[in-house]
Amino acid sequence: MYGPLWRLLPGPWPVKALLSLILVVGVVAVCFVWLFPAIAPLMPFNGNSVHNGP
Amino acid sequence: MARDSPAWLPAVCSPGMKTTMKALRWVVGILGEALITLGLLVLLFVSWQLWWTDVTANREQAGTIQALERDFGQPGRSPVAPLARLKKVRLGDAFAIVRIPRFGAGYAKPMLEGTDRDTLISGVGHYPGTAMPGQVGNFAVAGHRTTYGRPFHDIDRLKKGDVIVVETKASYIVYAVDRHVIVTPYQMEVVAPVPQHPGVPPAQAWMTMTACHPKFSARQRFVVFAKLVKSIPRAEGLPASFMAVPARAA
Repeated sequence: MYGPLWRLLPGPWPVKALLSLILVVGVVAVCFVWLFPAIAPLMPFNGNSVHNGP
Repeated sequence: MARDSPAWLPAVCSPGMKTTMKALRWVVGILGEALITLGLLVLLFVSWQLWWTDVTANREQAGTIQALERDFGQPGRSPVAPLARLKKVRLGDAFAIVRIPRFGAGYAKPMLEGTDRDTLISGVGHYPGTAMPGQVGNFAVAGHRTTYGRPFHDIDRLKKGDVIVVETKASYIVYAVDRHVIVTPYQMEVVAPVPQHPGVPPAQAWMTMTACHPKFSARQRFVVFAKLVKSIPRAEGLPASFMAVPARAA
């Protein structure tokens, strides 16, 4: 999975490392900005108000 | 082919067995990497929830406070708006600033109308339909105990007599903590006009604060009841004595 990805990246290893870093930052950004806010409401630990019924 | 075989493979292995082992190694490798990735994503989610939501919510809520302070104007300068106008606050709109000296001298959180998820991310939420600040009845609010700026993180440190100041465009409404209870999330009686006595007509002005309990769980609610001490018109300004930070010791 990561082996083929590393081979897919062009250039010598410092370039590959830099590209990998950019990819990782991109994935983290997508998670923080879109993915996590979207799944947070499904988590069971976010209730603070009292309300009717389960 | 021979150089592909790992050292631990016995030399007597047949070519067929070597191919099977290679396929197995490939599958286990992919599975392992997928599981490691999943684990990292879970850790990433935890750090987002516990750290990043505080960073963004604190920034947003500080901005709301600044906007409210600009809107309210300096004490003594703004015309006194009738409290009745507060009844028409739209869901999700900020209409007051909460200051709780026990939580720190600089503690200020915006108060918004509504207790749905999106509202509580932006500050403390007012239960729609309950009394407005200073009115007879129960001014009930909810806030996050952890994450999203965690306005009520230290709700369990409030002691009897601790001051809660709700600042609106018209006045400073000062409440003093009376008692606390820990209830299930469905015990609506804590937000009744007379807290814990549903159906009884109110004669006093109460404030109820709810937050999740224990921390990082939604199993129960930590509820604090406070009683109105005084409503001070904005023009008179808030006496500094109310904002004195209480001593740490119990």
